[in-house]
Amino acid sequence: MAETSLQVELVAADRVVWSGEAKIVVARTVEGDVGILANHAPMLAVLVQGTVQVTTTENESWVAVVDSGFLSVAGNRVSILSEHAQLASEIDLQEAKSDLERATSAGDDDGDAADAVGLAQAKIRAVERAS
Amino acid sequence: MAVSLRELRGRIKSVQATKKITRAMELIAASRIIKAQQRAQAAAPYARELTRAVSAVATYSNVDHPLTTEPESSERAAVLIVTSDRGLAGAYSSSVIKEGERLREKLRGEGKEVDLYAAGRKGVGYYTFRQRPLVESWTGFSDSPTYDAAREIADALIAAFISDGEQTSVDEVHVVYTRFKSMLVQEPTAVRLLPLEVVEGEARPEAADVLPLYEFEPSAADVLDALLPRYVQSRIYFCLLQASASELAARQRAMKSATDNAEELIKKYTQTANQARQAGITQEISEIVGGVNALADANAGSE
Repeated sequence: MAETSLQVELVAADRVVWSGEAKIVVARTVEGDVGILANHAPMLAVLVQGTVQVTTTENESWVAVVDSGFLSVAGNRVSILSEHAQLASEIDLQEAKSDLERATSAGDDDGDAADAVGLAQAKIRAVERAS
Repeated sequence: MAVSLRELRGRIKSVQATKKITRAMELIAASRIIKAQQRAQAAAPYARELTRAVSAVATYSNVDHPLTTEPESSERAAVLIVTSDRGLAGAYSSSVIKEGERLREKLRGEGKEVDLYAAGRKGVGYYTFRQRPLVESWTGFSDSPTYDAAREIADALIAAFISDGEQTSVDEVHVVYTRFKSMLVQEPTAVRLLPLEVVEGEARPEAADVLPLYEFEPSAADVLDALLPRYVQSRIYFCLLQASASELAARQRAMKSATDNAEELIKKYTQTANQARQAGITQEISEIVGGVNALADANAGSE
């Protein structure tokens, strides 16, 4: 097992957001953050709303926001599936902040509003972490 | 000729205006097909990865899930019919509805009751006009379906499938949509969506190979629980995308033949108009000649 890199694909329902070689993938599953390096054991995990951080083989790193989705690892292939995924560079910080305000003021009594708050927070976090 | 020249000219003008409209619609449909195909291509990786994940769970663990288990007896079936929102697409919507009716008859023949679900305004219109009850309907996205629309539909169908003993609970779910085979051929197709069939894909490993031990987080059952509804959503999204590409192709074809017919009509009318004009001129000349002759005769008589 001389492999030292992972083939990563971040896929949203309607497009491939990012694909390429990477060294480290960090994502948040229902059980907590998980970091994946090359030669990781096969794994299937359920992701929660949050950020995914990837360090590429060129030592660049990028952050993306995913809503609930999946992470599957098999034979140095990592695929991250999420209905809506966005790279931090695609996020408009102002918009995310105003989304957060709107969602917070809408109250957190129903699940949708709470989801919206979570998503907006994750977006802001992603932008902050990326910069 | 019973029709006057002026009337013919008016008809030519109106047909020309119609031709311009149908021609524009043809071009719009043609350019949108490409977009629809690109969307279908862009959605493919998600469906592929999801299928891979589902087959991985199915192959490497033995968990049963309500979405995959066949009910012992099937008494009610849900049929989702995917039609278009707008007309002017030839026989697109009616052929899908016809296929749906055929499936309904077949299910009836097997002694099942059928609940109808419709996507697209044309299907909804068809059934409400005939006062047949629709359990649920969705409209407004037929030419560019979003994933959210697919999720909404999938959630409703899954809820009907999972629920037990309620009025809307069903034992199987079918989808009728138009498969986009090529620009020229689109085929109304009926598929059974639920219960899910055994997933094809990842080949079962050889007996000699050591099974890669998948770690499931939190557990195989939970992962499957979260995976399968998504799988259903992605299947429905696929159906919607195919249907939208088919709709646009059907519209392009219908509008092309409309444009051709308009051209033919214009040609025919122009010919008739030319004939009428020529007839008018000939008549005028003969009248003048006749008049001159009559005058000459009268003058000759008086001198």
